[in-house]
Amino acid sequence: MSFGFDGVTVELGGKTAIEDVDLEVEPGAVTAVIGADGAGKTTTSRTLVGLLSPSQGTVRRPRTDAISYQPEAAGTWRDLTVTENLAFVARAHRLAVGSDRHWELLELTGLGPAADRLAGDLSGGMRQKLAVAMAMLPRPEMTVLDEPTTGLDPMSRAEVWRLLARAAGEGTAVLATTTYLNEAERASHVVVLDNGRVLAAGTAQSIRASFRGSLGVSATRPVSAPAWRRGNVWRVWAPDGPLPSGAQMVAPDLEDVVIAAALARRGAS
Amino acid sequence: MSGYLAETRVVSRRFVDNLAVDGVSISVSAGEIVGLVGANGAGKTTFIRMLLGLLRPDQGQVMLFGEAPTRTTRRRIGYLPQSLGLYEDLTVRQNLDFTARVFGVEPPLLDGDLASVGDRLVADLPLGLRRRAGFLAALSHGPDLLVLDEPTSGVGPLGRADLWETIHGAADAGAGVLVTTHHMDEAEQCDRLVLLSAGRAVAMGTVEEILAGKVTVEVTPVDTAADLTALESAGFPVLPTGAHLRLPGVSMASVRTIVGDDVGLVESRSSLEEAFMTLARDS
Repeated sequence: MSFGFDGVTVELGGKTAIEDVDLEVEPGAVTAVIGADGAGKTTTSRTLVGLLSPSQGTVRRPRTDAISYQPEAAGTWRDLTVTENLAFVARAHRLAVGSDRHWELLELTGLGPAADRLAGDLSGGMRQKLAVAMAMLPRPEMTVLDEPTTGLDPMSRAEVWRLLARAAGEGTAVLATTTYLNEAERASHVVVLDNGRVLAAGTAQSIRASFRGSLGVSATRPVSAPAWRRGNVWRVWAPDGPLPSGAQMVAPDLEDVVIAAALARRGAS
Repeated sequence: MSGYLAETRVVSRRFVDNLAVDGVSISVSAGEIVGLVGANGAGKTTFIRMLLGLLRPDQGQVMLFGEAPTRTTRRRIGYLPQSLGLYEDLTVRQNLDFTARVFGVEPPLLDGDLASVGDRLVADLPLGLRRRAGFLAALSHGPDLLVLDEPTSGVGPLGRADLWETIHGAADAGAGVLVTTHHMDEAEQCDRLVLLSAGRAVAMGTVEEILAGKVTVEVTPVDTAADLTALESAGFPVLPTGAHLRLPGVSMASVRTIVGDDVGLVESRSSLEEAFMTLARDS
């Protein structure tokens, strides 16, 4: 069975944090929820794991002890060693401490040589890999990680996504949130949130294909069409008609698609 | 005397046993946007604090407008810290009046989204509006040099596009801009880049210059899991991307020895992120 949301709305302190969100988190796959600060990523995570209740809609999730949750920047105990962190999770799940699984995860994350170092002394990338290992340890049915890659260098980010893919390979349903749009390629399913609402959903490929109208490059800002700056040139968007004269047609990337969708929504509201 | 607005000459700074910045030399000219790109902990903020004169380098030299940093040079700089540098218990208007008085200039007009929130406390505003107010405060005295520490961190694509328009506007009007980011995809917004890894500048130049000659081997696997495991066990950097595996900075021949003859291999141009991985690994 698949986990996720059907039309979920969550109110926080009288404000709508997320509104009418659909979400599929399938066993064996990684779903990425992408959005800016305040878009509703943490609310989505906390609601999915049962820490918040929706005011509308249905949340599908496994029983609580089959869920792992790593909140943003808080998943590890900094004054415990790598080994102690993993042992703590094992005890919390009434599993054997120092089992084969423990060694397997140290191997998988490359944290073996750092097993006796305090989590607080690890680099950001290593600490996040430890957080993922802790989430994977009990082989949960669903694991939810809030911004596991924020601020990490590109190699560490890639390694974290590879670990998430590995967790999915063990049959876990994985949800990770991120602010990096270019990480969409690493997930099998993507939901882009904007101001608490779904702006785009699908695979990276299908979201790119959903672009409506024509996109051009122009050396100057056109007056008649929506445009946004990319370096020393402008992207010009013609949602319905032809591109303004002087604009060269280009294929939209994910960033363009999301900007256009946000502009369209802003225009409609 | 150099013609640069800002220049560092092999500056280094150590905190206890951590060499946060290690011999970094950069320059920023008028009208130019220089991007300092690196992960958290790469040394970006330490570097900026040295450039501003807030932190003394252990080694090397910082020059602002051709002289060592002083309070006079500080007047010609607009600095937007990551924390935005606003007083949360003052209103937007009070913050901007305060900044204007410090610099002895007229406070700026509040326009657009900010016009209706001038009397609200900064603490009560959403992050997007706070960031706009921070930008306005940093720009209000017409600085010659803008120093922006992660100005777009946590901002969505549309909000980022808006902020970059402001930054380009300042550069087009003649200001030099030094901006830090950990978003690789913002690099295209900069005229020149400095890639920072573990305190060191591992590459410098335009995006084109940095990407020149950088290749990534793209593998179309027959059995994804088996090929991934084999390549990782052989010590290759592997990035699963859609239906492919991408291996930055390796040779086709070396990949071929691992995956066998049935697997499709193509050599493609590296993305900036992939080039950064190769540079950081080889440095």
